[in-house]
Amino acid sequence: MSMNYFDHNATTALDPFVLEAMMPFMGASFANPSATYTAGREARRAVEHAREQVAAALDADASEVIFTASGSEANNLLIRGFADALLAEGAAPARLACTQIEHPCVAEPVRALARSGWDVSEVAVNASGVVERSSMTALPMDTCLVSVMSANNETGALQPVADLGAAFKRDRHDMTCFHTDAVQALGKHPLSFRKLNTAGVDALTVSGHKIGGPKGAAALVRDRQLPLMPLVYGGGQEQGLRSGTENVAAIVGFGVACTRAVADLEMRMMLAQRLQQHLEAWLRSRGAVIFSAAAERLPNTTFAAFPGIDGETLVSLLDRQGMAIASGAACGSGKSGVSAVLLAMGVDPLLAKGAIRISLGMMPYGATSIEAVDRLIGQLDKVLSQLQRFAAVA
Amino acid sequence: MKFPIYLDYSATTPIDPRVVEVMLPYLTEKFGNPASRSHQYGWDAEAAVENARAEVAALVHADPKEIVWTSGATEANNLAIKGAANFYQGKGKHLITLKTEHKAVLDTMRELERQGFEVTYLDVLPNGLVDMAALEAALRPDTVLVSIMAVNNEIGVVQPIAQIGELLRSKGILFHVDAAQATGKIDIDLSTLKVDLMSFSAHKTYGPKGIGALYVRRKPRVRLEAQMHGGGHERGMRSGTLATFLIVGMGEAFRLARVEMQEENKRVTALRDRLYKGLSDMPEIYVNGDLVNRVPHNLNVSFAYVEGESLIMAVRDIAVSSGSACTSASLEPSYVLRALGLTDELAHSSIRFSIGRFTTEEEVDFTVDLLHKQIGRLREMSPLWEMVQEGIDLNTVQWAAH
Repeated sequence: MSMNYFDHNATTALDPFVLEAMMPFMGASFANPSATYTAGREARRAVEHAREQVAAALDADASEVIFTASGSEANNLLIRGFADALLAEGAAPARLACTQIEHPCVAEPVRALARSGWDVSEVAVNASGVVERSSMTALPMDTCLVSVMSANNETGALQPVADLGAAFKRDRHDMTCFHTDAVQALGKHPLSFRKLNTAGVDALTVSGHKIGGPKGAAALVRDRQLPLMPLVYGGGQEQGLRSGTENVAAIVGFGVACTRAVADLEMRMMLAQRLQQHLEAWLRSRGAVIFSAAAERLPNTTFAAFPGIDGETLVSLLDRQGMAIASGAACGSGKSGVSAVLLAMGVDPLLAKGAIRISLGMMPYGATSIEAVDRLIGQLDKVLSQLQRFAAVA
Repeated sequence: MKFPIYLDYSATTPIDPRVVEVMLPYLTEKFGNPASRSHQYGWDAEAAVENARAEVAALVHADPKEIVWTSGATEANNLAIKGAANFYQGKGKHLITLKTEHKAVLDTMRELERQGFEVTYLDVLPNGLVDMAALEAALRPDTVLVSIMAVNNEIGVVQPIAQIGELLRSKGILFHVDAAQATGKIDIDLSTLKVDLMSFSAHKTYGPKGIGALYVRRKPRVRLEAQMHGGGHERGMRSGTLATFLIVGMGEAFRLARVEMQEENKRVTALRDRLYKGLSDMPEIYVNGDLVNRVPHNLNVSFAYVEGESLIMAVRDIAVSSGSACTSASLEPSYVLRALGLTDELAHSSIRFSIGRFTTEEEVDFTVDLLHKQIGRLREMSPLWEMVQEGIDLNTVQWAAH
């Protein structure tokens, strides 16, 4: 893979160990896991083995893992599925809540439900991009569901999910759900569904392609007590919660990727943090503002802006130098608007327009080296000098 | 020969090695997220996705803009049926389908019933084909959508999609077609067919599992309520990071289907006829489903006076289904065969042979021999068979309860 890729929060390169595990299922072991003959049963076993790997990586039980095709689907399944389950049990639409910094695949399904009669509360963040405990206790009592991401995809800010879950659950009845989108946290920060669940978190979402696994496989991990209706109906796969022939190769790859993503995590976190400090020290020396600097953050994510310099311009000039970074989330980076996350943090929109996201590789495969960071710094330095000269002339 | 012999191409197909070749770069160096708009990795991935979209569209004579990626035909069926039903519910809340549709359609319909829609499940003719008169009679002013599959997954019959399309378009009713079993087997020309929504799957056409597509007609425009919300991928109809390598695989698989279908169908037809001819000298066997309006890949046969489970055990050298793969884990008789009027016993003792790209004559011949041997053996152990041989009409026998 390229040495100049700094957009690992958008997607990661596939780990060769993962690919090796997938290959048989793209070749001779192609049977449908629902088939009852030997080859079908072998495919079924491979899917179940992957389920155990995902569960082990997350400190969950295999029966709690529901495979989906993407993190987006898992988030939709949880939000829509829980809301539908409440209605099916005779409840009237009440209130759903998510933070102002959620990925669109959490915010949009919530908005869609608002169109069918649900009330919605937006949970604010502080200036560091972190959700405060008080905002949970302040939620109206009719709030049935809250979704708070474990780590923000743009700023990398970690959310105190266990605390927030506990705060939300206190004084509330059983038919509530606290969910966390942990897509960006897996493999970059320790995650234990068991511990989170004990604290009051009912479900979490993880995805393969952010951790060296393939695109096309993700999972919703949920407390089995949680009422849930499917989003996709059919053959009844995944405990009836997600029909459709299992994507065996991608699921197998996802399982291996999960195992790899949590191995030696502390060491990889430490290494990434050193690079992050090195990079950010240089950025600051050139006058950059680092967003969420005061928050506990993912060790691979730096969201920054140089006052007076347009982020999109910087990103595209860097691309011409062969340096791949982003101005924000992949899903939002096509739109010309400024980062909704930064606006929620109260960042001046002018400064927010300068945002660039540098997300380093910290999986066992494709980890960013110090040399690569220095190359990025070198190119950034060149491009910045050009832009600043241009600004001075103008 | 490699055992067991794979004759279950309707459950899933191997990925054509040529397709795997094309997928591999997207599993290695070309790993970008097609939604990344700020660097070459993203642009390369996006270009590959659009190229594949054009290939899928080309196989069915559609515009690439009419193709929406999904994780498979099941999701495509869900999106088409729920998406259209939800969007157009102001026009009416009545839907029509066949009793022989795939679970992905039937279970979606059941869910819509729970949401207050009314669904008519039409019987089919004894040959498995839609009863056009019954369909026309079932249409109501509040009917918004009809869902009928192009090719049945269990019996391989081809429904008269063109004819149904004409009827429905004249009444202003949306027509959804599950074509998961049809691509690469029959010609599909959406520039002439009056079909509004069509579901596709890659893994039934030598592509990878985990990827499919929904055709959504633009002229006249069909609108859907999205079932998955998020980053606004696929023009808002289906959010979620696109799995580039799977999409590329589907594109290549559909390209090969377009280029090779005619030749392949000749070969598969010859194999199917060889299988049929080889089996047809056995007494008391019945082919399920129309033999003319049928894809060449499928032969579904009931072997009377043989017990279902022992039949499956006896033919373990061939990988076949006794129903559709999705329901074969249960011991329920196939609801498709039941809908044709088969008794539970006969449905249980049925085998779906589905032939494909890598099936050989040698494998067909082995299968014919195996069935001759095993059916003969099983019938020798059957008291019913003995009675039939003695000329007793089993329908006149008064069975004592015990």
